[in-house]
Amino acid sequence: MAKQIIVPFGPQHPVLPEPIHLDLILEDERVVDAVPSIGYVHRGLEKLVEKREYPEYVYIAERICGICSFIHASTYCQAVEGMMGIEVPERALYLRTIWSEYSRLHSHLLWLGCFADSMGFESLFMNAWRLREHILDELEATTGGRVIQGSSKVGGVRRDIPNARLKEMVGRLEAMRHELQDLSDVFFGDSSVKTRLRGVGVVSRQDAWDSGAVGPTLRGSGIAQDIRSTGYAAYDRLKFEPVAEPSGDCYGRCMVRARELFTSIDLITQAAEQIPDGPLEVKVTGSPEGEFYARAEQPRGEVIHYVKGNGTRHLLRHRVRTPTFANIPFLVSALKGCELADVPVIVLSIDPCIGCAER
Amino acid sequence: MKYEEQPVTIALTGELLAKAGEMKSSGHRLVQVGVAAVDDIYEITYTFDRDLAMNHIRVILPKGTSLPSITGVYWYAFTYENEIHDLYGIEVTGINVDFKGTFYRTKVRYPFEAQVKPKEGA
Repeated sequence: MAKQIIVPFGPQHPVLPEPIHLDLILEDERVVDAVPSIGYVHRGLEKLVEKREYPEYVYIAERICGICSFIHASTYCQAVEGMMGIEVPERALYLRTIWSEYSRLHSHLLWLGCFADSMGFESLFMNAWRLREHILDELEATTGGRVIQGSSKVGGVRRDIPNARLKEMVGRLEAMRHELQDLSDVFFGDSSVKTRLRGVGVVSRQDAWDSGAVGPTLRGSGIAQDIRSTGYAAYDRLKFEPVAEPSGDCYGRCMVRARELFTSIDLITQAAEQIPDGPLEVKVTGSPEGEFYARAEQPRGEVIHYVKGNGTRHLLRHRVRTPTFANIPFLVSALKGCELADVPVIVLSIDPCIGCAER
Repeated sequence: MKYEEQPVTIALTGELLAKAGEMKSSGHRLVQVGVAAVDDIYEITYTFDRDLAMNHIRVILPKGTSLPSITGVYWYAFTYENEIHDLYGIEVTGINVDFKGTFYRTKVRYPFEAQVKPKEGA
């Protein structure tokens, strides 16, 4: 057996937007095991639910993450609405769906850019982020915020998008489609991308399932599981097929996210065509009692918001299980057996969001 | 909008491993392990999923007692079990990867252990 050494990776590393630490156990240049640890940005946001009344806690839930902010807020609202048995107006459900898909578009474009950067493909990084700006502009124009939208509330949404404006937004997405196709074609077909990603960080279908992975990370190993199929918000009225790639390597996980850009455009188009007129919210009164688990498909995968009420305006418990937290064991599996030089690309291939994971 | 059915089965601490084994052998995925502190007990809820339908198994744990690890059944439960130890101070016995309190490097030890009293008007 070769001599083993431990190389610390992170918490600060050029490829990591946020801090996570890995102890990489190496034999020569090969990783034989990886031990993760987190906690550098733990804010204890869940605990704040005991100090804030449940309607205003939406603002805190939204700040769990700067990328999936809208989906955190809407899933928290979904949990409270489930606990209180609130019937949310149809139009509000469609609007939540539209903003959720815009969030997915901007998150995937951000990640594709960061991933290109991790491979040293600077022009591809800049092109992905250039396209992302158009998505952020739409989010800002329709909600008032690029990062924190603040448009979800318990019982519905705070803002409307006029139908004429929705048509314009769909028109602009259609116009972007060929640019997104050009971008995806580079990821799909460029020889340097393929050389860098194919066969790297391979996790088989069975191993991915056995590691409890979720989202594009799981779908990149060939399992087409997508929480949008449960039909929350307005997804039960929209048609879509979960995207899956069988290869199980970094290339497969990249392809899933690139292909999901087009799924999101299709879903926004359908939602804009079907959205009914009507109220945006119902009045919510009273103090919740009981419990509820709500889940949604974030850009990184399944998120769960659990709420437990005790008959007061302050909830007893709010717990969030984020997709990155669920994908940490998958990362450990993907790193075993890889070369040290491939570690940054493999770590980034799960699209880690540590702010989310630690709350 | 229709809400999912959310059955919660209460299990004794001693039954946990057998219940987790049943879930594993019937093809369920472990979705999460969560804790809620209610007065003098902890509600430890194990959420499983098969074909996008959730099932919850709940263990009622008196404060100051320990919980057996299910990492022998679901190896990836180590993240959840280290989390509940580091945030609540719950002792979990037999974890396959035991960080011994260093998974979350928090300034305050067991930050979720105490219940917070809301301020008037907050």
